[in-house]
Amino acid sequence: MKYLATAAVAALLTATTAMADGHSVVRMGTEGAYAPWNFLNDAGEVDGFERELGDELCARAELTCEWVTNEWDSIIPNLVSGNYDTIIAGMSITDERDEVIDFTQAYTPADPSSYLALSADTEVEGGVIAAQTGTIQAAFIAEQGWTVVEFATPEETIAAVRNGEADAVLADKSFLLGAMDGSDELVMLEREESIGGGVGMGVRESDADLKAAFDAAITSMKEDGSLNALIVKWEVASTFE
Amino acid sequence: MSCYLTTGKHMGFYWSFLTVLSLLAITAPLSLSFGFGGAVAARSRIAPLAWFGKGYIAIVRGVPDIAFFLFFVIALDQGIEYLRHQVLCPDWPDAIRQGNDFLVCPEAKMPLGNAPQWLHETYGFFLAVFTFAIVFGAFAANVLFGAMRAVPKAQLETAEAYGMTRRQTFWRIIVPQMWVYALPGLGNLWMVLIKATPLLFLLGVEDVVYWARELGGTKTPRFTDYPHGDWRMWYFLVLLIFYLAFTRVSEIVLDRLMRRLTRGQATAAGEAQRKAAA
Repeated sequence: MKYLATAAVAALLTATTAMADGHSVVRMGTEGAYAPWNFLNDAGEVDGFERELGDELCARAELTCEWVTNEWDSIIPNLVSGNYDTIIAGMSITDERDEVIDFTQAYTPADPSSYLALSADTEVEGGVIAAQTGTIQAAFIAEQGWTVVEFATPEETIAAVRNGEADAVLADKSFLLGAMDGSDELVMLEREESIGGGVGMGVRESDADLKAAFDAAITSMKEDGSLNALIVKWEVASTFE
Repeated sequence: MSCYLTTGKHMGFYWSFLTVLSLLAITAPLSLSFGFGGAVAARSRIAPLAWFGKGYIAIVRGVPDIAFFLFFVIALDQGIEYLRHQVLCPDWPDAIRQGNDFLVCPEAKMPLGNAPQWLHETYGFFLAVFTFAIVFGAFAANVLFGAMRAVPKAQLETAEAYGMTRRQTFWRIIVPQMWVYALPGLGNLWMVLIKATPLLFLLGVEDVVYWARELGGTKTPRFTDYPHGDWRMWYFLVLLIFYLAFTRVSEIVLDRLMRRLTRGQATAAGEAQRKAAA
């Protein structure tokens, strides 16, 4: 028993494979539940705007990338403890998050958020609004002093409006448009909120090289227009000038 | 329909049932051995060992499971990486804690950053197994500790009269007889363990709950060949049936086991069995 334990500890401490240099593989962390930004396709693989964008960025930066999904709730803690190397999950750049992690430059411009409700004359001010936990939308509603009900996944925020638990849901317009698709009970309200500062990729604060590599790749995609083409293809946001 | 049920995503869903079953298959014996070790330690005449055993039982039983699962797994993961860092990169110049970041040298990552995804998943799975085993081991230790004391005093005195040492009495008299007293408690633990498996989801393992939620979620025609509304209820119904069937089978097996263990025991049920057979 004692030998077994010693052997196990020894194996744990020395287990290693051939090469182990820095970022020979960059692990890309995403949520996989926020179409059209990122979602799992029928084959169970990560798909969407950010999948295509991320693969292109990795190709331009000459990095080998691997995709990993993680719950939205714990997506930042798992980045800083090193379970993956980037967050590419439709995350808006905010000062609050910037204190904990670093962001690359934005790969989509700052866009307003929209409401989805059961009827077009829903009054959102002072109402009960659903939002995903830890999003800029949830923070915004709380600031206004309205009632916010938070859910762990985007799917549940929509379900809350359908079953009347919330009057409306506040989220990125592109996600709500996708969720409305094929359903005639939900309508988008005219009111929009200008919150957030564009969506960027999150990296650890100590990972300056990786940040620089992705910044350069994003700049090159902006310059040759391929980034705008991707944004249009997936209808995720407005395009860059 | 059959095309829908065999998409890659559904295959993931079916595999996750195997994940749950293998978790149980590995965790149950492991926590039983942790429990046995804990109970033996708690009974020990060597004071530090007894303190260790009793401390283990008291602390783990007292901390809420969820807090334990959220905290312990991260601590364990970082602890392993910290140890590997000390051994593998003794001359690393940078601090491990930089602000919020936990940074060990690349060679110390567990598993290595460039390891394939399945290795990361397997590693996560075994962290989960180990955590489950510690938690349920503490409860099992408490059950076995009580069961060892429940073995009739007369049996132990007889063993002494025959000149058996303490060690011999333990292995030849107490251990074979304690199971009948331990089984009701252990059976309960097994049932709770089955129902605790959805906690895997908290630990980031893609288990049955993860896939049921993902597959049941509303799908719009733009992103899938099989659009549907909110079907989560139906997927969770499948899970309900799975768990009900599984616990029912467990009950039947535990009943049989109890009858087998009762045979020839100095308990009321053992006596009844003897009379019925006579």
